[in-house]
Amino acid sequence: MMPIKATVISCEKENEQVSLLTFDISMPNAKPGQFAMVWLAGEDEKPMSIANASPLKFAIANAGEISQKLSSCKKGDILFVRGPYGKPFEPIGKKWLLVGGGYGFAPLRFLASEGAKSGKTIESVLGARSSKYLMKPSVGKMHITTDDGSSGTKGNVLAVLEPLLQKEKFDCIYCCGPEKMMLAVAKLAKTHKIRSQVSIERYMKCGFGICGHCAMGGWLSCIDGPTIDGEEALKYTQFGKTCHDRAGTEVEI
Amino acid sequence: MADLTTSLCGAKMKNPLVLASGIRGNSAGLLIRAAKEGAGAATSKSCSLLAREGHKNPSALEFDSYMVNAIGLSNPGVDAEVHEISRAVKEAKIPIIASIYAGSSEEFALVAKKMSQAKPHLIELDASCPNIHSEGKMFSSSPESASEIVRAVKKDVKNIPISIKLSANVPNIGDIALSCQRAGVDCITAINTLPAMIIDVHARRPVLANKYGGLSGPAIFPVALRSVNEIRNSCSLPIIGGGGVTSGEDAAAMLMAGANAVSVGTALYYHKNAFAKISDELQSYMNEQGFSKISQIKMQN
Repeated sequence: MMPIKATVISCEKENEQVSLLTFDISMPNAKPGQFAMVWLAGEDEKPMSIANASPLKFAIANAGEISQKLSSCKKGDILFVRGPYGKPFEPIGKKWLLVGGGYGFAPLRFLASEGAKSGKTIESVLGARSSKYLMKPSVGKMHITTDDGSSGTKGNVLAVLEPLLQKEKFDCIYCCGPEKMMLAVAKLAKTHKIRSQVSIERYMKCGFGICGHCAMGGWLSCIDGPTIDGEEALKYTQFGKTCHDRAGTEVEI
Repeated sequence: MADLTTSLCGAKMKNPLVLASGIRGNSAGLLIRAAKEGAGAATSKSCSLLAREGHKNPSALEFDSYMVNAIGLSNPGVDAEVHEISRAVKEAKIPIIASIYAGSSEEFALVAKKMSQAKPHLIELDASCPNIHSEGKMFSSSPESASEIVRAVKKDVKNIPISIKLSANVPNIGDIALSCQRAGVDCITAINTLPAMIIDVHARRPVLANKYGGLSGPAIFPVALRSVNEIRNSCSLPIIGGGGVTSGEDAAAMLMAGANAVSVGTALYYHKNAFAKISDELQSYMNEQGFSKISQIKMQN
């Protein structure tokens, strides 16, 4: 599909690292967990998790050359987007626990607001390195963790998640963040016999299943994912361990 | 029930469908996946002597009847790829075709020699990638340059059959195929993507970061049929024919044009279970027409 012109109407600083861009267009069929290819014409194009469909929003972290340029966009700047691509999170049950690490919380916050609209009970665990890197909260009850203890519970998301799962039942855990964190969360969910879904995003070229760059074994993040059942993900020895670099060489995460 | 089995350069195939090079990448996991999805054989994405990151994004765009890509031959390099191909040969349970790319005939011979350690069933010489013109002329553009790389590779690799992938963007694909046959090649693969570009009139720029790319998908199917038929009329080698095949009837037409096996690439974007769909449709067509074997699928004289 051809990219669609999208003008930035606001650029809000979420934290030290992340800007939340809002556009003058909507992607009404986009669901939480899906992504769009975002093109800064003449520069580069990157897959971005959709942070909101109407109006279209992306939470862009200042990481890497093109992301830095995208995250420093101002009101009136023009980008070109195509999508949505990929498989959205599957709604399971009524009581959801969202677990987000860093800017991985962006698609979960979109999931939280969509879930709340359809009567789901939402609770979230949001982790970051420090208070400076915390994303804005979602609807529902929030638990905060920071590695340095500058906000909320000291430690990573597991510091809150383990005791929480001891005393409460959830229908599904939705998780997005660093892959090693998602691996730990998927294992923990399995131990507690709770369904989980994780969102595995990898370096992509085409975005629609042709180039093979985003593969985890025989699974393709762009068309089979990015969302995947946690137990299914655990079957892949590469999950949380290795991915492909720009040339397609398998490298450690 | 019509029998879909066939063979290509000595390799037995459960059906004539071959995963085309460039689709689904370099890794063993994805070649094994193609086998599980019902491919009769699978070709890896081309690999070069050294690792390449390929072009920047946007590197591919998809439309209703065509796709344009300029991935730019990203690959981990032949030494890493040999491990992937070895694993695929052992685990995929279908013939594996290793595609290689190089910038000179000497380098083609070197990469082919290295790749032969993985013991693929066939090595395909990517002599016609349209996305890297700035890095050198397309080898398949003349009978001389195409046959030169065939000779160089055949001199160094004697234990594995060699195919050469040709471009339809020439006035004489039949002559080029014939010259490759005379140079000793064992098989012809045709066609590669066709030179193309996409312009976004709102951005007022070419969309592909590389500006130019290769056209594939249903839009190129009639071009592929004619090219394969011209090759069949000029040379007697087995042909892996493809370009825009998305249905069993397309595959039957490709076989009638003169192909011995049919490559399937962009169809994987259009249909989630492309191999199963195309082979089921081909079988239905054969049953309907009273063809019991693949070799019977021919045009009327």
